[in-house]
Amino acid sequence: MYPAAFDYKRPATVDEAVALLVRHGDDAKLLAGGHSLIPAMKLRLAQPKVVVDIGRITNLSYIRDTGGTIAIGAMTTHHEIDASKVLHDRSPLLPETARHIGDTQVRNKGTIGGSLAHADPAADYPAAILALDAEIDLVGPRGRRTVKAGAFFIDLLQTAIAPDEILTEIRVPATARTTAYVKTEQKASGFALAGAAVVIGADGVRVGITGVAAKAYRATGVEQALAGQRTPTAEAIARAAAHAADGVQPLGDIHASPAFRAHLAQVNTRRAIERALSRA
Amino acid sequence: MPIPVRLRVNNAPRQHDIEPRLLLVHYLRDVCGLTGTHVGCDTSICGACTVLVDGKAVKSCTMFAIQADGSDVTTIEGIATNGHLHRVQQGFWDCHGLQCGFCTPGMIMASVHLLAGNASPSRAEIADGLRGNLCRCTGYSHIIDAVAQAANSTEVTHG
Amino acid sequence: MADTIGTPYVGRAMKRVEDPRLIKGLATYVDDIRLPGLLHAVILRSPHAHARIGRVDVSAARAIPGVVAVLTGADVNAACGLVPCAAAIPDLKAPKHTVLAGDRVYFVGHAVAVAVATDPYIARDAIDAIDVDYDPLPAVTNPEEAVKSGTPLTHPDLGSNIAYTHVVAGGSDIDEAFRRADRVVKHRLCHQRLTPMPIEPRGVVASYDPGEGTLTLWTATQIPHLLRTLLPGMIGVPENKLRVVAPEVGGGFGAKLNVYPEEALCAHLAMRLNAPVKWIESRRENAASTIHGRDQIGEYEVAVKKDGAILGIRTRTVADLGSYLQLLTPAIPTLTGLVLTGCYRIPAVKMEIVGVYTNKMATDAYRGAGRPEATYLIERLMDVVARELGIDRVDLRLKHFPAPAEFPFATSCGLTYDSGNYQGALTKARQLANWDQLLKDRAAARAAGRLSGIGISTYVEICAMGPSKAMPAGGWEWGCVRMEISAKVTVITGVSPHGQGQETTFAQFVADRLGVLMEDIVVLHGDTNVAHYGRDTYGSRGTAVGGSAIVMCIDKIVAKAKTLAAHLFETTADHVVFEKGTFRAPGVTNREIGWPELAGEAYVAKNLPAGLEPGLEASSFYEPQNFTFPFGTHIVAVEVDRDTGHVAITKYVAVDDCGPQINPLIVEGQVQGGIAHSIGQVLFEQTIYDENGQLLTGELMDYALPRAADIPEYILGSTVTPSPVNPLGIKGVGEAGTIGATPAIANAVLDALQPLGVTHLDLPMTPERVWQAIKTRTAAPVGA
Repeated sequence: MYPAAFDYKRPATVDEAVALLVRHGDDAKLLAGGHSLIPAMKLRLAQPKVVVDIGRITNLSYIRDTGGTIAIGAMTTHHEIDASKVLHDRSPLLPETARHIGDTQVRNKGTIGGSLAHADPAADYPAAILALDAEIDLVGPRGRRTVKAGAFFIDLLQTAIAPDEILTEIRVPATARTTAYVKTEQKASGFALAGAAVVIGADGVRVGITGVAAKAYRATGVEQALAGQRTPTAEAIARAAAHAADGVQPLGDIHASPAFRAHLAQVNTRRAIERALSRA
Repeated sequence: MPIPVRLRVNNAPRQHDIEPRLLLVHYLRDVCGLTGTHVGCDTSICGACTVLVDGKAVKSCTMFAIQADGSDVTTIEGIATNGHLHRVQQGFWDCHGLQCGFCTPGMIMASVHLLAGNASPSRAEIADGLRGNLCRCTGYSHIIDAVAQAANSTEVTHG
Repeated sequence: MADTIGTPYVGRAMKRVEDPRLIKGLATYVDDIRLPGLLHAVILRSPHAHARIGRVDVSAARAIPGVVAVLTGADVNAACGLVPCAAAIPDLKAPKHTVLAGDRVYFVGHAVAVAVATDPYIARDAIDAIDVDYDPLPAVTNPEEAVKSGTPLTHPDLGSNIAYTHVVAGGSDIDEAFRRADRVVKHRLCHQRLTPMPIEPRGVVASYDPGEGTLTLWTATQIPHLLRTLLPGMIGVPENKLRVVAPEVGGGFGAKLNVYPEEALCAHLAMRLNAPVKWIESRRENAASTIHGRDQIGEYEVAVKKDGAILGIRTRTVADLGSYLQLLTPAIPTLTGLVLTGCYRIPAVKMEIVGVYTNKMATDAYRGAGRPEATYLIERLMDVVARELGIDRVDLRLKHFPAPAEFPFATSCGLTYDSGNYQGALTKARQLANWDQLLKDRAAARAAGRLSGIGISTYVEICAMGPSKAMPAGGWEWGCVRMEISAKVTVITGVSPHGQGQETTFAQFVADRLGVLMEDIVVLHGDTNVAHYGRDTYGSRGTAVGGSAIVMCIDKIVAKAKTLAAHLFETTADHVVFEKGTFRAPGVTNREIGWPELAGEAYVAKNLPAGLEPGLEASSFYEPQNFTFPFGTHIVAVEVDRDTGHVAITKYVAVDDCGPQINPLIVEGQVQGGIAHSIGQVLFEQTIYDENGQLLTGELMDYALPRAADIPEYILGSTVTPSPVNPLGIKGVGEAGTIGATPAIANAVLDALQPLGVTHLDLPMTPERVWQAIKTRTAAPVGA
């Protein structure tokens, strides 16, 4: 209801923001769109002493076509991603995924960088980010480094971002039209019980799954089963999708048992592959 | 430690020293005295607190007032013009789109934003656009009627 | 087009009078009340389901600048009295319900301490600074386990978890019915716990005037008058110095039909601190500490003959009451027993109810309160019996309907149904649904391998509560109508609408009966200083009972006005005709007198007949002689996603008979809103405590309410069977949607799964439960 008191900092540049993180360490929290942090602060599950509002840093909100990849600033909102012609034309999985996030108001304020940095196990983007094999730029006192999506999600709410680093940019490849995101939502929150993002290209099939395990993951068993098949049969797709939860420990809670989450991962993977292929 | 905030609320400039932790919804209600914007939950689900910030619908309970520094905020009190109801307000009235009225300001603000982006939405698009707004009284059908009527209204949008 | 006097308002789908303030954001809910020097209270609540409280250290909290007081149960309970329960059940064991916890907490969310500060953020800070030693105790969470001996006790001082065992029985001998049966159909049915979740949480503002000794309490309540009756015993302010105001109230659904600890607490704080105090409930508090609904588990037995004739129903039902008795907690399951036979002629019925204490929030009246439970049970049982006997489920229902000419119809539960034409509503619903086509569509879908189902429910419910002899605190209603000197009309009602639209519907019938324009009428309510008497809004009583009191007032005013008009016409009252706002005396004079002239004469009072009091005001208490019994038929078609278990409602037809409709638009809104609650209940809503009594659905992130996209397009119809009980003929409609819809949707889902051999699913029929049922059945050996 009412957050605890904090000091408010509003850096104008990424460097200033990094300096604040260095100075305040664990006492500081970055504020992007606020849709993960502020509810947690209102419930006093989070009580940072310093809030670093990166909302006014110039040049963190953009979508740029740089040839083979599209670069997206961390402060780009879900709505801006959903509405981006560049992304719709060149890498449509991300806008399709963005449309599944929360609701209009959340999409108007929430940012891709904030969502990825928070690493909620049921967030939508991680599935797409993994399936797109995206690159994520992190800036810290030691400079800029790039992390591949596959190395970004470490565990529940844990990413490769160091405490003094800021996520600044996400780069996704241009893809064919044959991509899709299919999700079963947790009825109350709208988060994913199981979301499957699929990218089908000349180099094969990549599948990212969110909501099912403590962190989003690549369903490599599905990918391998479909390797080399340009136009798999329905049976082949179903057989491959059955591997969607192989090797993971599905989460269980009041909204879905581990078995149901694993099952939904399979169903939604099958449906995502079918939908992606239908867009060829 | 209070910090200064300057913004425009319903086209009127406002300037106050506020605690950084003050949520935008409490700023609007308690500092500006605009109590039409309501609080129904703490987790950004119910949408009763929906206002427009720079023309975009946001949940004012999930935003610090200081984040709106320099912005243009529109609340339910600010959408009628010269005493004439906004066409969305008129739609809610005509179609019995409200019962207890508590969710209504947020519902109307979300609808204003919805129509700004989609002038003639289908019923499914209206329902999807109002995903972020819960109503426990009406069962939504009349709300969808209201927004559909507003979309078909020839009156100019002021939102 | 401007309205003209004489064009009836009743029956028209009119826009609501109350809406302009609501759509402009200008309405005043409790949280919108601003008073000079207002202090803010925040409550510390137990994180444990059951614990002994040791030391409570509030010193650090008190030291925070801006904090005015931090108080515990030891500080306030002696001054606040006990939270009352108004339900009279024989041999009821009741715990003492103090305003703040004493030496134990009994549920997660139990109020332990309160902090008061100049700013709510600071009061919230203070809560974090209170240090409480809890010694956790075993939590009682399973009501069926809790009745066994040797299990932990919710209230050790009561010696048992059983609050009461109560039998509702009637009609012929139940044992004889089962002896005569060809067959006994058995079924276990549960109603899950639900959270009412009005979008406005509760809130209270209390202000004390020490000079006058008066206390004003603004509270988000459905029952300002019952509070004014019950609070004096708690807070020591006499009834005639207590003003209770229900300002704009943001939804109730029964959750605000109660006397809550916070109402007494804020009153006490305002007096103790000599400053106005506001408390606004958070959503988490609302989920944990405002009443829940339903939570009944029953084993049912139906005695049937081969031809489908139902001889009797008997059941033992365990009702999970939670840890405390709120206002009506133990009475709600007994309402289920009253209407368990539904709209059927069933000669014998016996329901044994065991009310059980558990370490949870209290259950109490939630939209429908007892009748959705009963209707779900009987309508599920009708389908189960039809299936087991191989009889068409519609034929089985028709076989047990009383004929329209048999009303008033005495049920074996001891009620007398006022009027009805159940066959008519069923016929109309089948027409609207295009029933035969629906069956063909289902057959085609099934042939194509899809899981397609049709559900039906024919319901009757109890409304217009109610005759005082059947209500704990009087079931009458009060009203007052005043023709002002200006010929404007002020209507004051003792009911307390919070969304039901009676500022509009009352004005509609008052305008018609007085022959004035609606715009000249104001309807006041919800403030005990204005509406002096009342029994408030619940049980679909507002218009049927409250409206009837207004009709009585109008009759009195018109009678008095005729006397005055006769005097002015120099004739006697029996020569005066009143029509469309004008008084005439045909054959005596051509003169006509309208309300402006008559009201002027009444108040200026220079030319009154001997013995006639000045003024044109009347107040009345209306005492209903019976309940009313609305009814209807709901028909639902669904399609189940075999892979995900997701249920899609593909068709929804409802025919409701609530008697004559004053405003069909408002009736439609009530029905649609009620059905939405049922969609939630059948498909996803549930309040969940874990085995340790932790509440897992404490936020809207975890408790799913229906959203706009969950709602099908409705085909709504109505039949009109007036009630002979009240002068308006009205039956009531506030809860009908919720009562008729739940079994219709549930029956449709089970019909869809019937080809797989699925005969039962617990509520809510979540995708996972549906999937599990499909998986279990389809995994069975082929040919089984």
